[in-house]
This record gives sequence, structure tokens and C-alpha cells, in this order.
Amino acid sequence: MSREKSRTIKVETLARVEGEGALYVKLKGDQVQDVQLKIYEPPRFFEAFLRGRHFSELPDIVARICGICSVAYQMSAVHAIEGALRVEIDPSVRLLRRLFYCGEWIESHALHVYMLHAPDFLGYPDGIAMAGDHRAIVERGLRLKKTGNQIMTVMGGREIHPVSAAVGGFYKAPSKSALAGVVDDLTWALDASLDTARWVSGFEFPEFEQDYEFVSLSHPEEYPFNEGRIVSNHGLDIEASAYEENFTEQHVQHSNALHSVLRGRGSYMVGPMARFSLNFEKLPEVAKQVARDCGLQAPCCNPFRSILVRAVELVFACHEALRVIREYEPPSASRIQAVARASAGQAATEAPRGLLYHRYVLEPDGLIANAKIVPPTSQNQKRIEDDLRHFVGSIATRPEEEITWKCEQAVRNYDPCISCATHFLRLRLERD
Amino acid sequence: MIRWGRCWENMSSNVKHKPRIGVFKFASCDGCQLTLLDAEDDLLDVARAVDIAYFPEASRAMLKGPYDIGLVEGSITTHHDAERIQAVRRQCKKLITIGACATAGGIQALRNWKDVDEFIRVVYATPQYISTLKLSTPISEHVPVDFELRGCPINKYQLIELITALLVGRKPGIPAYSVCLECKRKGNVCIAVAQGVACLGPVTHAGCGALCPSFNRGCYGCYGPMESPNTESLSNQFRILGQNNAEITRGFRSFNAWAWPFRKAGEESERQ
Repeated sequence: MSREKSRTIKVETLARVEGEGALYVKLKGDQVQDVQLKIYEPPRFFEAFLRGRHFSELPDIVARICGICSVAYQMSAVHAIEGALRVEIDPSVRLLRRLFYCGEWIESHALHVYMLHAPDFLGYPDGIAMAGDHRAIVERGLRLKKTGNQIMTVMGGREIHPVSAAVGGFYKAPSKSALAGVVDDLTWALDASLDTARWVSGFEFPEFEQDYEFVSLSHPEEYPFNEGRIVSNHGLDIEASAYEENFTEQHVQHSNALHSVLRGRGSYMVGPMARFSLNFEKLPEVAKQVARDCGLQAPCCNPFRSILVRAVELVFACHEALRVIREYEPPSASRIQAVARASAGQAATEAPRGLLYHRYVLEPDGLIANAKIVPPTSQNQKRIEDDLRHFVGSIATRPEEEITWKCEQAVRNYDPCISCATHFLRLRLERD
Repeated sequence: MIRWGRCWENMSSNVKHKPRIGVFKFASCDGCQLTLLDAEDDLLDVARAVDIAYFPEASRAMLKGPYDIGLVEGSITTHHDAERIQAVRRQCKKLITIGACATAGGIQALRNWKDVDEFIRVVYATPQYISTLKLSTPISEHVPVDFELRGCPINKYQLIELITALLVGRKPGIPAYSVCLECKRKGNVCIAVAQGVACLGPVTHAGCGALCPSFNRGCYGCYGPMESPNTESLSNQFRILGQNNAEITRGFRSFNAWAWPFRKAGEESERQ
């Protein structure tokens, strides 16, 4: 019997993800021996320096965890504090927060679909090189992204770290006419999102399905953003306040991000595929129809098809934004003053990359006594390694360059945000 | 030390090839480099004018230096990064820092007043796996920097202006006066005078377009100190408005906490 060679695949800097990470895969023959998604992004210690800050400062500070999903951090934070201080928000504020999230999903998904993920399917190093051959398509993607950013700008002054979110509402609520200014672009964006779904449905997807435990929020009437119970396809059904009883974080040596697991069950998936698979019925008919036309069914268990799920969520977000703008009446007061007291609050909302959990304990004077933040990428990190462990074996006979690229693609399926999880990627493939 | 003014000289005439740009990340939220991708209308034009040779957030094609322009995001918080910035500096003819982390240490510089080992224990179960420095410091404390673009995050129009100015070899039109001037130009009623709201606008570097006052709240200083800030006078004004010293310290101590004028003002109110 011949002695099987072992090989290591290494990606020293994972590209087209937010933040810094590396990938290490060790093969013996065609057998995978070890997979490590290494997150070397330096830790920034948000949970530690939030202590002693006032709750009113939270939306501004936690936004800085992530430049691409600042709104998500702001939303989980304000809901957690409002829970702690028993603040009931105005129904118009609730609508505005959905619109804010639509803006962030549109800019984030459009960026990932067009500039970060599609180049893998079409064989380009990046979206800019792709524009050399597919200029009109890339321009469509950039305009879609811009439409999401227009919502962010109208709502919060700028695309990144918007300034309007506050505990109890907004520092300033937009006028009806300001929102009406985005309607024409959103109407275009809804059509462009449908074209996006049809475009990506023609890509070649590797045959690869996994038995995932999907975890997302679930709301009785709506596709989830800010509210709902945390549910899974394996029977989990809890309030956000029971999150820490059901999930736990593990610290592993190769990562500056904590790995989150379901107690007693292991890895799970959050994000667009989880939301889509658990909440398909809550999508508007236009999004359901395009999913069916594109051959996408719930549950979707092929992570390479997540690009198609993101396109369907783009359709949803454009449709929902238009609905909100139609129904919106400015609130009588843009925010309700919260009164400080000793208290604790938890909340989970749906960031573009999945469930984002926050917990805060407040002192009587409103200063933060302690904080806990569990971003989507730390929840998906172990699941990404599990995917790679199963996926690499199926392509182990391919040339090294191809294995490396496909592994990177498998990581990018998750649109990982490493800045959040510590907060990207380098791949090393080792064969002896 | 910052080498002001020298970075525009003959840039265009010296460079025969398309200028090569590298984008480098240190401890940060990625928002400032994302700003380049957020320049949706200009991105493909910029990509035609320059050769984006190294930009891992956007491309898996990572070309080796040297680079004509290096855009650096993030602060230095690890031994490894303190060495890496030296290598980046050697590879870049012009090195531009973008954003509050790179120019002032960022929000993560809040550790600079605390015990970082205790911070590690708060966040991580196995502290010995974590390697970090006691201080989060701006790039200019480690290597010479040719221009600092302020903001948390930076303004995309200022970034495009800066790249354009570098390409044609002129000084960029990026004023260092305060947010107050932007408010006046916008026709905002002064929120500090009219509503008695504590506002850092008078000591904060312009560039955001006076966003916070336009959203009915005080400026929180995310562009860092303007060229000649009178923080002492503003602190006194905050006391008149009813803020206590702890509140004043927290006000100065956020995204640009380690920038000298804000650092000094925060420490003075802390001592009182």
C-alpha cells in the first residue's frame, strides 16, 4: 500500500471579506485532517470599555464594531436598553427602524452579491476586474448598493455610522417628503433586484448540501428584522432573554473571535439562508415568486446558493422599504425619553449576516455595568469550519490553486464579517 | 512627525505608469476602506485612473509593492502590527492614514486609560491566547505619515478629492476649521445656543457636513480636534450647561480620545 501524502492548504489573507482572517486546511490523501478558520484581526475589547459609559452613548459606540452593519449594532443596542428601561416606542418609530434595516440590507447584500461573491462564480479576482467584461451588470450592482445607502443617508445622515438612532426613537425623524425622494430609485431597485436573482440563478453551484440547524428570529406576521422569537428547524423556540441559556461561546486558540455553539448540539447557521428557510411564508408574493422562478425552495441547504437567497432578500427589502414609505406618518415625538434605573435588558435583531444578540446591565444612574455582544460571524464561525471539513474532501483531487479558490468561496458563502467577530481570512493548505 | 505639504510634489510627473494603490488594514471596523467601495458613482472611474494593486477587502489579487499611494486604516494594537506598519511604510511612496483609528487610535484607545489585561479577562475565557499591546496608537506614532484624513468614518467626497489631488499633484481642499463653520454655511440654528445642548462642534474638525446638529443633537467629535481647539473654554461652557466632570470626560473620550487636545481636555476634567 502506498503511503498517502499529506498536504496543507493555506490562505494567508482571505480576500473579499470584512476584516482579517486566514484559512488553514490539512489533508492526508483525500482525507481532511484539520480545518481552521483563523481570525487574527486584533481584538478591540468593546464589551470591556463599554462599562462605565452611559446608555445614551451606546448607539454611537457599538456602531463602530462594524462599518458595514452599523445599523444592526445600533438596533440590537437600542432594543436591549428599551427592554431594560421599559420604553414603549411609537409605532411610526417601529416602521422607521424597519426602513433603516432595509437600507442596510440593500447596501450590504448588493455589495456582497456583486462585488464580493459573484466574482467567484465568474472567475474574476474582484468586482472591478469583472466590470471589464460585465460593466452594465457591475453598474447595476453599484446603483443598487447606492439605493440602500440613500436610505441610510436620508435616515441617518451618512452610510456608515449614521447619527440618528437613539434609545426611544430617533434624534430626528425624516419628513414624508424626504422619504418620498427615495421612491423612484427604490422602484428601480425592486426591478433590479428581480434581475439580480435571475442573473445569479444561472451561476454554476457546486453540489453540496448540509443538514443545517438554522437559527433566526421569527415574527408571526413579518419577515424578521427587529422583533420576534429565536427559533430553529430543530425545535428551538425562545425569547431573546433565554439566549444565553441555550447558546454558549467557546474560546479556541486559533481565533480572536469566540465560537458560538448551541448547548449540547454544536454548530448552527445564522444569516440569509437561515432566515429564508425559516420564514419563507412571510415573504411578499413578489419575492416568493422570483424564488420559485429561480428554482430556490425553502429550506435551502446548499451554502453556495446563499448568493441567490441574498438576491431574494434584496427583492424583499426593496419591496418592504416601499411599503414602509407608503404607510409612514411622522411620529408625534421622534423619541421618548428613557429614565435611568438599575436594570438589565437583552435583544436580538437580524443583521444582514444574521442574528445579533446584545445584553446590558445598567447601574441606577444609567451607566453600563456590563455588556455582552454576540455577532453573527462568531455564531457562523464553527459552521464555516464544519462546511469546509465536509466540502474539501469532495474537491481534494483538484489542483491546489482550484482547491484554494473553492475554499475561499465556501467561506465567502457566509459573507463573514471578521471585524465584527473580533472581528477575515488567510488560507493555508498543507499536504505532507 | 507628519510631513505636510511635501506629498504633492511631482507626483504626476514622476510616475509614468498608472499609480499603484495599496489599502492596508490595522485594528478598525473596516468602515473607512468601505468608504472607497461606497463611492459608487466614482469607483469605476477611480479604478480606471489608478491601479488598485492591494485591497484585500475587495480583491483576491494581492500584488506586491512598491505602491505609489498607501491608504492605511486602523490603529496599532499588537506587536505584529507594530512591525507590519514599518514594512508597509517602506513599500509606500506616499502614506495616507484614513479615519479616526489610524489618525488618533480609535475607540479602542479607551484601553489606554485602563488595565488591558483586565480587559482581556472580561472578553476572553483563555487570556493566554490573546496577544495585544497596552496602548492603541495612531500610525503617526510609528512611522512618518504624508497626510491624515480625519473622520469616523471618513467622508467619501474628501477621499475622492484627496486621491484626485494626489494624482494631479496639488494640495487637497480639505479644511481644518471647525464644524461650526459647516453649520453656519448650512444655515443651522446653533443647537448649543438655542437649545442648550452640549455640542463638540466648536473644537471638532470639519468634514462631516455638520451632521449631528442637522439631526437635532450635539456634535460628538467623530472627526477629532480642529486645528486650534479651545477645549478649556468649551469645557467651562459645558459646566454652565449643567454637565458634570464625568460627562465632560466621556464627551472628549470617544472615537478620537487619544488625539492630544481631546486627551488633555478629558484628563483635565477627570482631575477636577
